Amino acid sequence: MTDTVLPAWALLPASLLLILGGICTLLGSVGLLRMKRFYDRMHPPSMGNTLGAGCVLIASMLISSALAHRPVIHELLITVFIVTTSPITAMLVMRAALHRQIARRDPPGKTDSG
Amino acid sequence: MKRTPWLLIIGLTLMWLLLTGSASPGQLLLGVAVSTLMTLGFRAVRPLHPHLRRPLSALRLFFRVAVDILKSNVAVARIVLGLTGKREVHSGFVDIPLELRDPHALATLATIVTSTPGTVWADLSSDDHVLTLHVLDLRDPQVTRDIIKHRYEHLLREIFE
Repeated sequence: MTDTVLPAWALLPASLLLILGGICTLLGSVGLLRMKRFYDRMHPPSMGNTLGAGCVLIASMLISSALAHRPVIHELLITVFIVTTSPITAMLVMRAALHRQIARRDPPGKTDSG
Repeated sequence: MKRTPWLLIIGLTLMWLLLTGSASPGQLLLGVAVSTLMTLGFRAVRPLHPHLRRPLSALRLFFRVAVDILKSNVAVARIVLGLTGKREVHSGFVDIPLELRDPHALATLATIVTSTPGTVWADLSSDDHVLTLHVLDLRDPQVTRDIIKHRYEHLLREIFE
């Protein structure tokens, strides 16, 4: 297993995708730290959920397929599960924040609701 | 009249085959049996049934969303890195009146906007269907409104209603 040399068609794109996915997820986390307000902080982490996770999963498909000498695509299921579950958490957090603001009689700063 | 949800059964069977990692006749049979039983079982307890009308529109929506997610990833990355030039980024809430009524379509729209970096679903008023969206880079509320209505709502109505 450790002696297996992977073909370049899998290694090169997979490495690039891993780096890109890592950068995306890192930027998402940096954004979480840098943003000042709660509602703004909701946005950057979803970079890791979408492009970050997507890149890593495609890289995983490439490497697994090269190792197994057949197409391995069950990573698609992980995509399906991330897409269907992560927005629920995000919306739950968002609505909890809105609810608490309403409870404190502190309306969420509607900058433009025109 | 209740129609048999073939798409759901086929989808779940495919999922089963992917999870087990084999396409042997035994697994195929087991997969079909489990998905059919699950689908029929859940239909019995769930009063709402989605009607997918145009699979081709769904495909178009899929690629549209993929492109938008890519674009907004780049946009949010620029904001995080402060590469917006001299322009200050203001976030805020936008109210968008929706004509979409089907709960499955609304759930799909909620998933799309929340998955897209830069926008999060905040609220949907139950009486007049006004969607409240939090947008990270809010330049013109009317532009956001147009994007949601023309890029997504139109296609979703074609697919679900």
